[in-house]
Amino acid sequence: MQTQRPFSLLCELTYRCPLQCPYCSNPLDFARRAHELSTPEWKRALTEAAALGVVQAHFSGGEPLLRPDATEIIRHAHDLELYTNLSTGGTLLTETLAGQLRAAGLDSLQVSIQDADAENSDRMAGGAPSFAKKIEAARLAKAAGLSLTLNVVLQRQNIGRMEAIIALAEQLGAERLELANTQFNGWALKNRAALLPTRAQVQDAARLARAARERLKGRMEILYVLPDYFEPFPKACLHGWGRVFMAVAPDGTALPCQTAREIRGLTFDNVRERSLQKIWFESEAFCKFRGTDWLPEPCRSCSRKEADFGGCRCQAFLLTGEAAATDPACSLAPRHDLVDRALAETEAATEAQLIYRTANASLRISEAGQPIGSIGSRRRQTPKLPGPRE
Amino acid sequence: MNVADAAKPRLTAKARLKWDAVRQKHLLLFPEGVLLLNQTAHDVLALCDGRRSVAEIVQTLAAQYRGAAIDADVKAILSRLAEKSFVAMDN
Ligand code: SF4
Ligand code: SF4
Repeated sequence: MQTQRPFSLLCELTYRCPLQCPYCSNPLDFARRAHELSTPEWKRALTEAAALGVVQAHFSGGEPLLRPDATEIIRHAHDLELYTNLSTGGTLLTETLAGQLRAAGLDSLQVSIQDADAENSDRMAGGAPSFAKKIEAARLAKAAGLSLTLNVVLQRQNIGRMEAIIALAEQLGAERLELANTQFNGWALKNRAALLPTRAQVQDAARLARAARERLKGRMEILYVLPDYFEPFPKACLHGWGRVFMAVAPDGTALPCQTAREIRGLTFDNVRERSLQKIWFESEAFCKFRGTDWLPEPCRSCSRKEADFGGCRCQAFLLTGEAAATDPACSLAPRHDLVDRALAETEAATEAQLIYRTANASLRISEAGQPIGSIGSRRRQTPKLPGPRE
Repeated sequence: MNVADAAKPRLTAKARLKWDAVRQKHLLLFPEGVLLLNQTAHDVLALCDGRRSVAEIVQTLAAQYRGAAIDADVKAILSRLAEKSFVAMDN
């Protein structure tokens, strides 16, 4: 089968961030990966991406607006006729900056909040109080004529407040509300005991999302994806490894998925050294799990393999130690017990302690020789990509 | 979603049409997604400028397609895209 070209490029402009979300999908060792691409390097990567077939560029972080050249990079992507999307925590947006982003051709702005009220949102985001600034950012974005998405990562501590979150999104005039269930890699896996919702919570949330979607049809789009721990079969991670999506980390590492660096033993190329074209078609990391030939049993003889490609490689590695294993989220996986056990513990859980994403925690954790190196946008910013549809 | 003859559809802020020169296909782009458009869907969207009414779009395309009966097709396309908020209908 001929390798298709990527539609979408995620540019993680920086790992620096004023916030400390405990589910951030930046690598646990982000504090050790500070060597960021320069402005010309980002521009070159985008130019190569457009030639390769990428039609959308997503900018995230960390906090992408910490880069003074964010607007310039976005303008370059726009000049290449890429659709541009920026995910921000919102705390740094000003009226001037919103206007500049709009003038640079930004097509879509996503502002993340952690909850519908200041106290809970601030507690989850960590760091200095941020909620009021986020709400102001949403207003500024609307006033500048930007298309606004409100992003919320759902987890045990906010999933019970879906109604208030939806009401807030309506009140802010968001065109989209993205309710993304936490993906348990990186920091989120470290904090799973405190973040994993119960089955009853997830079912309630799904019902509320469906009702709101129906009620708001044509006014606000609501995205809600069931978390894979609660479904019988996994989702095709990003529509399959190396099929439509590519990420570039702040230091230039090119990844098939934003958290793929969790997988130790895989080698990743850097856009400083190879072209995106070469990386996409030839690099070990992109070729290794592309398609279905590499699949183990029970996937190999499963009728769903073209739909989900055996699920998530990062999750397989993090939970089983084997990147090529069937995703344990699948009910048919030999190690599905790992997910069942986490769910059982959640049903029985009292409160667990959160580890915030701080530079100190990063250094401590990565020093301690824990599995390191998930590179990723935080899930609050970019969860699953809906792929091309006919 | 109901599509009135007098409604004046336009693309919403988040949606953009693009001719993909690499794949030789018309695309509709939106946050985190891509729709590969067939020729009819593209032709309809290309006329959604917020000034033309649905009736005018139907007329224009009927002429372009040599009088084919496309009223129902156009409305079905617009209805589907409006539900996803890619198109807004101003009256
Ligand atoms: S066995 Fe493999 S292919 Fe089948 S549903 Fe599970 S993960 Fe998907
Ligand atoms: S499996 Fe795919 S989507 Fe899941 S974390 Fe890994 S790369 Fe990302």
